[in-house]
Parts: sequence; C-alpha cells; structure tokens
Amino acid sequence: MDVIALSWWQLALAALMVVALAACTAVARLGMSRSLLVAAARTVIQLALVGLVLEALFAAERLHWVALMALAMLLIAGREVMARQKRRLLGGWAFGIGTVAMFLSSFTVTVLTLTVIIGPEPWYRPQYAIPLLGMMLGNTMTGVALALDRLTETAWRQRAVIENRLMLGQRWQEAIGDIRREAMRSGLMPMINAMAAAGVVSLPGMMTGQILAGSPPALAVKYQILIMFTITLGTGFGTLAAVAAGSRRLFDGRERLRLDRLAVPRQ
Amino acid sequence: MSVNDSSVTGLLRLARLGVGELEGVDLAVEPGEILCLSGASGSGKSRLLRAVADLEPHRGEVWLGELAQSAVPGHRWRRRVMLVPAESHWWADSVGEHLAEPDVRDLEALGFDREVLEWQVSRLSSGEKQRLALLRALCCEPSALLLDEPTANLDDATSRRVETWLVERVHERGWPVIWVAHDRAQIGRVAKRHLRILDSRLVEEEQAAWT
Repeated sequence: MDVIALSWWQLALAALMVVALAACTAVARLGMSRSLLVAAARTVIQLALVGLVLEALFAAERLHWVALMALAMLLIAGREVMARQKRRLLGGWAFGIGTVAMFLSSFTVTVLTLTVIIGPEPWYRPQYAIPLLGMMLGNTMTGVALALDRLTETAWRQRAVIENRLMLGQRWQEAIGDIRREAMRSGLMPMINAMAAAGVVSLPGMMTGQILAGSPPALAVKYQILIMFTITLGTGFGTLAAVAAGSRRLFDGRERLRLDRLAVPRQ
Repeated sequence: MSVNDSSVTGLLRLARLGVGELEGVDLAVEPGEILCLSGASGSGKSRLLRAVADLEPHRGEVWLGELAQSAVPGHRWRRRVMLVPAESHWWADSVGEHLAEPDVRDLEALGFDREVLEWQVSRLSSGEKQRLALLRALCCEPSALLLDEPTANLDDATSRRVETWLVERVHERGWPVIWVAHDRAQIGRVAKRHLRILDSRLVEEEQAAWT
C-alpha cells in the first residue's frame, strides 16, 4: 500500500484555515494572530528546507554527510539547552556540559541501536539514522535542559542551606544531594509520563506516521516501543551526565559553593 | 596521637589572611581561649569567619596546630574548624535527622530534653533554632569553633545560660574560639581578648577593668 500523495494546493487549503483562525483571533482582539502566522510560516519554511536536505542526504548516502548533519543537529540542540536555562553556568560551561552530555548519550544509543538492534545496510543509512537521532536529540535536549535549569535555580535559591551543610563538614556531593535528586527527577519525568500514557492517552507520533504510511500496526508498535526505550536511555544517561558535571562545576577544588559561576538572569 | 584524630586541637593561627577589604590578618588563638571580634555591620566579620572555615576564596593560610588549611580537603577542614552562622538552616523535616546523638547534659543545659529530636523543624522558633544549631555543631566534635553572634536571637536569661554552657565546654575541650559579638557586657564576660574591625584593620580593644 502506498501513501496518498499530497500536492501543494491541498496544503494551501489547510494553510487557508490557519489564516482563517488568525483572522478570527484578530477580530476578537486576542492578540495571538501575529505569532500564530509567524509560527505557521516558520513551519513551512523550516520543514521545506529540511525536506530538501534530507532528499539530498538520502540520494548521496555517504557517512560524512550523515555525520555533518548529525553534528549540526547536536550543536543546535546544545544552543537550545543553553538558551532554556535561567541561571546558566558562565564561561561556555552551560553549552559545553549540555552538548557533551547529549553527544555521549544520544550518539552512543543511536549508533548502538542502528548497529546492534535495527541493523540497516549500511548501518548509517540516512532513512534510519537521521529520524532516530532527531527523536533522541529532541527528547534528550528537553531532559538535559530541564535538569540543568532545576539544578542551578535550586542551588541559587538554597544557597544558605547548602553552605550550612558544608559548614558542618559535609562533602559537596552530600550537601547538594537533595538538589541533584530533584534535578534528575525533573529531567526524567517527561519521558516516564510519556511511557506511562503511551497508547492509552496519546498515540505516539512516530507510530501514527508509520501506520499512515501503510505499515501494519503490529510492526509500528514494535518500532514505537524500541524508540521509547532508546529515548529513555538517551534522556536518562544524558541527564545523569549533565547533572553530575553541572553540580561538580558549582563547587571549586576546596568544595566551596561558587554561585559566582552562574549568570544573572536577564529580566 | 595522630594529626587526624579529631580530638586533637591546637593553636588556631591566621597567617596573612586576606578576604575582601581585610588584608594581611595575623592572629593566633590559644587552645581554650575565646577571642571576641566586633565591628560595624558590613565590616567583614562574617566574611573573615567564612574565610577561616574556607567557605570563601581568600588569600593567606590558616593553621590548626600543625595542620594547614590547604593541606586537607575542604570538608575535612570544616569538620574540624566548625563555623556556626548567625542564621542556621535545616534541610530535613525533624530535628533528629540533623543531629548525631546529642549528650543529655548538653540538651538540658540548653533547656531541651530528648523529645526535641522528634520536633518538626518548621515549628522551631528562631531562638530554638539558634540553640539547636550550636548543639548540632558541637555534636560533630570539632577541634575549633567560629561563632557568629551565637546569642543574637535569645532573651537575656537564655543568652546568659547558653553563654555559660559554651564557655564551660570550650574550657573543657580546649577549643580555640573566635566569637563575633556586639554586646560589650557579654564580651567582657567571655573573652580574654577583644578585637574590633575599624577601617579594614583589626584593632585590639581595652578590656573593661571589672572583668
């Protein structure tokens, strides 16, 4: 079974309805029409561009092009992690820790999944590698960003408690232990919730896409389970690495709390 | 006895210590001696104590007997040179989770009994917190004490009681103590020496004649 082809005029119909929605909000003076239209335009442009890139990538099927695409995705995700933190570590550490954590977890799990579990020929076949990595990075990014934001924000608010624990001779790991646990929790919670609700409340996007494209539901379900597990692995290890490195960076060699290493949030 | 033994104490010596505005502080506190420190707010008393406890980047060196601050990891130094801040902080729900087996005599001297260990931290008054923070610090068996206004939140009678208890313990254990205080009468009662921070320098104050 083949997917029913979509032509541009059919998309234009859907676009027209979005414009109609924007017009309605404008008439009702809800002040959302402008951002709605800008976001819709961004979707069209970004996805069209990425479609072109993927077409070229699939045609070439070269390892170095796939690697270059992966690197670009990683760097953009690293920037996003940094931008989502209110009080980020100064001196490039916010970007560095986030990017390295995502690289270690997402890339390792993606490569392992491709080579050991799915096994396409060749293993870096872009039809498999790029969507898989994209889903991994997208979710790992959210986990790492949430965890680092929670870590630095809570350390800032509980400075006095952490220092009082240090005064009593506790090691830095002990003094920030509660906060580390909380940060881990907020990084992993979205994925745990998604796994718990999968299929019951929401039909996951990838599975829906596969079914629309004509895969039998049983196969789509298997792929979805695999994806859920690999995303959880990527998010979990990425968050673990980011929280470990981030909390270490909050203390110096003498185990003093160094909040002067955090940026002051912009108002 | 080995240097690592926590019961060992010695001379607490600040060598050319510098933090913030204060520069080149040389100071020695004998075992069992209480040195009082006073000065206007913002003059750097608390920062000086934080530097001695190595909670803040600083210049110079601090010695406890033969042990140099920079020679041991931060947490080991702070376990021996214990700072009790003016305002204490608590992280668990009940008092008992913060204290290792306190001595019943100490509890009584501070006006508590063993039931205090079951109390909820959120229901403590500021005075109770302050007394329990002192007890909590002493339970860690330090070798030197840095006290930042230990009786600031207490009424006069309790303040005298805590003061007497502290002085007794200090003499019994032979800790060198730096005690930040404002009350001249208290300084007269507890300290042999009194230093005041004036224009970023430490100035020795005359002790009142009746002490």
